[in-house]
Amino acid sequence: MSETTSQMNIKLTVNGEAHEVTCEPRALLIHVLREDLNLTGPHIGCETSHCGACTVDLNGKSVKSCTLFAAQADGAEITTIEGIANPDGMHVLQEMFREHHGLQCGYCTPGMITRAYRLLEENPAPTEEEVRFGMSGNLCRCTGYQNIVKAVLAASDQMAAQKEAAE
Amino acid sequence: MKDEVQTPEDRSAKLKGLGTSRRRVEDARFTQGKGNYVDDLKLDGMLFGDFVRSPYAHARVKSVNIDAAMALPGVIAVLLAKDLEPLSLHWMPTLAGDKQMVLADGKVLFQGQEVAFVVAEDRYIAADAIELVEVDYEELPVITDPFKALEPDAVTLREDIAGQTEGAHGARRHDNHIFLWEEGDKEATEQVLSEAEVVAEEMIYYHRTHPCPLETCGCVADMDKVNGKLTLHGTFQAPHVVRTVASLLSGIEEHNIRVISPDIGGGFGNKVGVYPGYVCSIVASIVTGRPVKWVEDRMDNLMATAFARDYHMQGKISATKDGKITGLWVHVTADHGAFDACADPTKFPAGFFHICTGSYDIPVAYVGVDGVYTNKAPGGVAYRCSFRVTEAAYLIERMIEVLAIELGMDAAELRSKNFIRADQFPYQSALGWEYDSGDYHTAWDKALKAVDYDGLRAEQAAQLEAFKRGETRKLMGIGLTHFTEIVGAGPVKNCDILGMGMFDSCEIRIHPTGSAIARLGTISQGQGHATTFAQILASETGIPADSITIEEGDTDTAPYGLGTYGSRSTPVAGAATAMAGRKIRAKAQMIAAYLLEVHDGDVEWDVDRFVVKGAPERFKTMKEIAYAAYHQPIPGVEPGLEAVSYYDPPNMTYPFGAYICVMDVDVDTGECDVRKFYALDDCGTRINPMIIEGQVHGGLTEALAIAMGQEIAYDEIGNVKTATLMDFFLPTAWETPNYETDYTETPSPHHPIGAKGVGESPNVGGVPAFSNAVMDAFRPFGLRHAHMPHDHWRVWKIARDLGLHS
Repeated sequence: MSETTSQMNIKLTVNGEAHEVTCEPRALLIHVLREDLNLTGPHIGCETSHCGACTVDLNGKSVKSCTLFAAQADGAEITTIEGIANPDGMHVLQEMFREHHGLQCGYCTPGMITRAYRLLEENPAPTEEEVRFGMSGNLCRCTGYQNIVKAVLAASDQMAAQKEAAE
Repeated sequence: MKDEVQTPEDRSAKLKGLGTSRRRVEDARFTQGKGNYVDDLKLDGMLFGDFVRSPYAHARVKSVNIDAAMALPGVIAVLLAKDLEPLSLHWMPTLAGDKQMVLADGKVLFQGQEVAFVVAEDRYIAADAIELVEVDYEELPVITDPFKALEPDAVTLREDIAGQTEGAHGARRHDNHIFLWEEGDKEATEQVLSEAEVVAEEMIYYHRTHPCPLETCGCVADMDKVNGKLTLHGTFQAPHVVRTVASLLSGIEEHNIRVISPDIGGGFGNKVGVYPGYVCSIVASIVTGRPVKWVEDRMDNLMATAFARDYHMQGKISATKDGKITGLWVHVTADHGAFDACADPTKFPAGFFHICTGSYDIPVAYVGVDGVYTNKAPGGVAYRCSFRVTEAAYLIERMIEVLAIELGMDAAELRSKNFIRADQFPYQSALGWEYDSGDYHTAWDKALKAVDYDGLRAEQAAQLEAFKRGETRKLMGIGLTHFTEIVGAGPVKNCDILGMGMFDSCEIRIHPTGSAIARLGTISQGQGHATTFAQILASETGIPADSITIEEGDTDTAPYGLGTYGSRSTPVAGAATAMAGRKIRAKAQMIAAYLLEVHDGDVEWDVDRFVVKGAPERFKTMKEIAYAAYHQPIPGVEPGLEAVSYYDPPNMTYPFGAYICVMDVDVDTGECDVRKFYALDDCGTRINPMIIEGQVHGGLTEALAIAMGQEIAYDEIGNVKTATLMDFFLPTAWETPNYETDYTETPSPHHPIGAKGVGESPNVGGVPAFSNAVMDAFRPFGLRHAHMPHDHWRVWKIARDLGLHS
């Protein structure tokens, strides 16, 4: 019960910024992000870790923040959709989702892009099949995925081209 | 001026008007996590409301004890039916003319029904309090089968209307009967069937499912007691209707209610209705004087708000021996659940199900639909379709297949033989519709050619032989569909919801420097209205789409409209947009003529300007005209450049399409893989091909889900077996195929720009295409029909029952 529940202090680094949050041990990470830190980019779609709308990047892994206690993330480095963009403009994934019509209602989009970001970090040149498998923890009800897959593959190409140009 | 040397084509391209795959203006905020959905809203002092829900499908509520819950720190209130009764809000009217309990009034009628509304400081405390509310239930017999519900000794579910022999849609013949709705000529149809050379008959169940948008339903009610104004933010597909209904229910005058639909995370019909959560939030905000948020969790959503389908359809179709269809007879037993809360136009309790003659010239037909109460959730919404159109399309496209089996005929040829011909439009159907335009043969032939239909059939035959020789355990199925939709509800003369006529609206204001804002009575849930409506206006007014802001969803600023569902935005609000643009242009013509010192009739429209006839070097651009409209005195003309249009469509629109699916079916595992899917859509004039293609991809994927596994299933005591995404099938990127899209373009003759709407076509046409493919694979082994969804287990059972495992 809340009157007897102890509060705890946790430390999170979110999008490069250090935060100290006081919350109940049972507080879910998604609620702490959305309600305490006002990062409403990650969304809640199912509460059972099926839909991936709440996906954030936690210590270099894609994590569904609706089924993780904030306490479990104590000390973690977290990136949300709000932290994906580069200081000098949108991340190429964000641009490619727009260019290839990889979103409609936008509700799954923050989770999709956050997941795609980690996928391309792990596998910079995925095949279509690898994208489809790698994104299968994120559900979309609008697009039928075809344009999402196209967007991720296009982003992969662009990132490779940028990297090549930089070298 | 630089643009004087530009060709009309250059100038036209700059507008990004009709036919342009314009990139979406919505995407910048969505891709950066800056969308504004209802659960993102955080108001000072906001409370959180949540429901105590019934674990039983049918039970008497003997007592409710809220003492322990109220004693929990942070709990502000627990509302029960008796608290709402003095306000006459313990029941509410449904959109279908029935009434529905807001909170359990003496009994519960489905699992998940709202029993008490807990209001607390935050969602965790509300969840704790729900556990502390003690409800004493006495279980009653449960009916989840609509046929059993109509048996003479069946228990009465709706005691509140027991014995009433008249309902909102005519006579009731049993306490669990809601209505019998009929269309067509029963006697003549039965006569034709009795004399027919060939009759095919089948019982086809279109199972219960759910729209399941990724964002659930929710709202924030904010009663400002100082100025007496209620603001209701919520996931509303029809914000203006919600305002009117809220006013009628609460007694608050309509000008003191502001309904705001912010960004909506998908709707698909789930967000049309009025739900107990909205009513309870409003009451709780009035009682507490604080904003109250209510947001469903996924289980609430799947169990309680807005199921779809659940139609048991008995079909009989007759034909001559050579395959000319002579008649269609259909009877539907429609399971509406505990309350009749279908979101259909009021005069159509079975929606537009009588579009079930489909794309075919059927001389005589009859449809009867019996609506029935059961111990299941209320709803019956149009899940990504116009009202009951996907049921109708499934029925006819299955009946065609069954008839083809009966006749021993190729199903593509049978379709072609019976299509309404292009020269028959406008076509009067046997069930009362006037189809506006179509060219089915052209679309069909294009589709068959695109997939090399004959080649596919040859490949299928070869694979069948290989199967029989034991070289493969996979069968190949070819699923055909030619669907005709009916969308764009609708003409006010016959389409209304609770007396509210189904027109729509657009209000446009041109700014002095030649940019503009337009507001509409609709609301986007992902369809990209802010992008496409600006394109319509760009073509009509010559103002670049990039210079036009589109706003929807705030009833204080937007003109009154009936909202977005049933693919009505483009046919109705899109028409209003074009008409408002034309009013702008009419005034601009007078201004241009004055500025050019010629008569009104001496100037003509040219992309983005009026030019003097015969002297194209003399012109005024819309940008120049806009400035003059505000800042130059023009005799006899009011300053300003604004227009509003309320559009009452003269008819529905009838988009159509030809879909072909090739499926590989593993008889040992029941797995079905889509090898190929070709979708040709004809939605009339195409506004934004990129968005159309996206709509088709998405609708097909929803169709894939419905056909192949998605259902709301109940056990015999009314437990919902599919209340989480663990059990309720939403395909991932892994299961979803790539789709090939194509089109023909047959404009609607009565729509100002000829557009028909497309968002729902892929669901309407997709379900029979996937389903027909599965069953086509088994046709050589004698399968006539098997009920959806075709999940692995059920497909495996088909193979087993046909003896394919031995």
